[in-house]
Amino acid sequence: MEAFGLLMHGFAVLLTWKTLLLMMIGLVLGIFVGVLPGLGGPNGVAILLPLTFTMDPTSAIVMLSCIYWGALFGGAITSILFNIPGEAWSVATTFDGYPMAQQGRAAEALTAAFTSSFIGSLVAVMLITFLAPMISSFALKFGPPEFFAVYLLTFCSFVGLGREAKHKTVISMSLGLLLAGVGMDTVSGQLRMTFGSAELLRGVNFLVAVIGLFGISEILLTMEERLALRGHAAGISLRVVLSVWRDLPKYWVTLLRSSFIGCWLGITPGGAIAASFMGYNLAKRFSKDQDSFGKGRIEGVFAPETAAHASGTSALLPMLALGIPGSGTAAILLGGLMVWGLNPGPLLFVEHKDFVWGLIASMYLGNVVGLVLVLTTVPIFASILRVPFAAVAPMIVVSCAIGAYAIQNAMFDIWLMLGFGVVGYVFKKIGIPLAPFTLALVLGNRAEDAFRLSMIGSGGDLKVFWSNGLVGSITTLAFILLFWPVIDRVFGGVSRMMKPKAA
Amino acid sequence: MSNTDIEIVVEDPTAPEANSPAVTSNRVVDVVVSLLLLALAVTLGYDNWRTGAGWESTGPQAGYFPFYLSIILGGASLYGIVAAFFSRKEAAETFVMRAQLRRVLAVFVPTVLFVLGTQFLGLYVASFLLISGFMFFVGKIAWWKSLLTAFVFTAAMFIVFDVAFDVIMPKGPLEAALGR
Repeated sequence: MEAFGLLMHGFAVLLTWKTLLLMMIGLVLGIFVGVLPGLGGPNGVAILLPLTFTMDPTSAIVMLSCIYWGALFGGAITSILFNIPGEAWSVATTFDGYPMAQQGRAAEALTAAFTSSFIGSLVAVMLITFLAPMISSFALKFGPPEFFAVYLLTFCSFVGLGREAKHKTVISMSLGLLLAGVGMDTVSGQLRMTFGSAELLRGVNFLVAVIGLFGISEILLTMEERLALRGHAAGISLRVVLSVWRDLPKYWVTLLRSSFIGCWLGITPGGAIAASFMGYNLAKRFSKDQDSFGKGRIEGVFAPETAAHASGTSALLPMLALGIPGSGTAAILLGGLMVWGLNPGPLLFVEHKDFVWGLIASMYLGNVVGLVLVLTTVPIFASILRVPFAAVAPMIVVSCAIGAYAIQNAMFDIWLMLGFGVVGYVFKKIGIPLAPFTLALVLGNRAEDAFRLSMIGSGGDLKVFWSNGLVGSITTLAFILLFWPVIDRVFGGVSRMMKPKAA
Repeated sequence: MSNTDIEIVVEDPTAPEANSPAVTSNRVVDVVVSLLLLALAVTLGYDNWRTGAGWESTGPQAGYFPFYLSIILGGASLYGIVAAFFSRKEAAETFVMRAQLRRVLAVFVPTVLFVLGTQFLGLYVASFLLISGFMFFVGKIAWWKSLLTAFVFTAAMFIVFDVAFDVIMPKGPLEAALGR
């Protein structure tokens, strides 16, 4: 097995004291970020990104991905103990997790949550280990038309399969693609959409936008809520952990089902949020005793947590193999790769073996270390919530500003971040999704380059996107997904018309 | 055994009251945002058309790709205006209540002042002022706790970024006086 050998090499890269220390720091920061209200996975990673600018890429990505795992773990703590989902994907965990805490079974619920998160991630990482090299070596044969077709597929699937109003997804996406084009045109060197401003010459930086959209706007949104909370403090003893683990094999169907759902929704842009709800609902539907769900059933914790983590982790698969992020956080990690001078995409597996396999190995190791860390330190992290939000909010604002400034050393970027904060606040409230915007902003230039290179290659003939079987089927699939709601309705209508005839 | 009976309780004395009157509905905001986006689409579309949105011998001109995107954005915003105008659901939804808006402004206005302060006083001084001021005036936390927290946090940031990681932040007169 080639992948296995390379993975072992990855572990060898990782096992230095410095990397392990960075890993621990990343995990602690991540759990912190996941527990605090008004800070989530994506903005946590975005704010802490500047810390990594002076590191070598491998250490940097290990630390950042550990922040991400930590945030995934941290979200579960507040859902179970306080009935407050720290992250949107832990909403489903509150359904059964909080009732369990009320019954005095908080330790059990937390152990279940952390263990299932671990299992979910592990399944997804194994998928990445074996699938990513295969996909990337296949994608090495891609030319510009194929790449543009894949980008098109990503964008179209967001529009066609997203739950938001279609025109709002289109608005969000086209705005992101437009802003990506501001500044110097990479092909001709011409300036565009700068309106004579020297500040806009640099373009709209992706990370600045993300920090504003997710960091600042999240604080504004959090302030609207009533921030009082009541919850349980819990410590986890070894006895509880072992008793939960002993029962684990009983729930293998649930765990497997949720892992599968999570991996699938993580690779396609369904996301961890959808995965956690789907995992929960399916576990409920297949259960013999449906009424006991929502009253503190341990399966109700297993199912959504496994799915959310499998999805969060597998979102990194398309990012590594194709350079297309499967989630907002993956998009930010991708932005990080570019800052460190790495070009995301299939060539990564060839040119930067150490980096890629170090990252994959860090996913294994990070999850093991993370599991041990959260199991032992829950009480400390739960008590972070005692810190009043009035102290936390200005600190987050300062961290956001530091992050935004550090990327390009530009004061203008702090103002830009503030502007994006307002935009994010308004967009979230009127239902314009932010994920397509993020994705479009990070992929915009690459998508445009791919398009123009294919156009130059074909002499301006759009038929190049159907010129061979591969690119043709990807492009066609993209259009099918784009018009999926229409197709679905037409077929639904036809089958409804057929039914009375048949009856 | 786990000690689950210990409870963590955090109060929120300045929470917005639930029955506060609505400032505006989602529909109004949606229409306004769509109009702004439409204006943006027209501006960017015009700029790209001026740059050149056609074809050259070497392929599409610089403005080609963004020009068509502006058209898509404009079209979607137009549709958004119409859809929002006829949406009964959005008309019934509250965009923000007065009490909520007060709280949002309580954090937004200091943030704007902080960014202004960063421009003229440097980031570290501005963040000390923001954290201590916000904790004391908005959070109603004791003055010594506010000052101490702000000082510790700002100092920690300075050590982490400026000293340890060599990430240089905007600085002002105070740092100049101290010779950093």
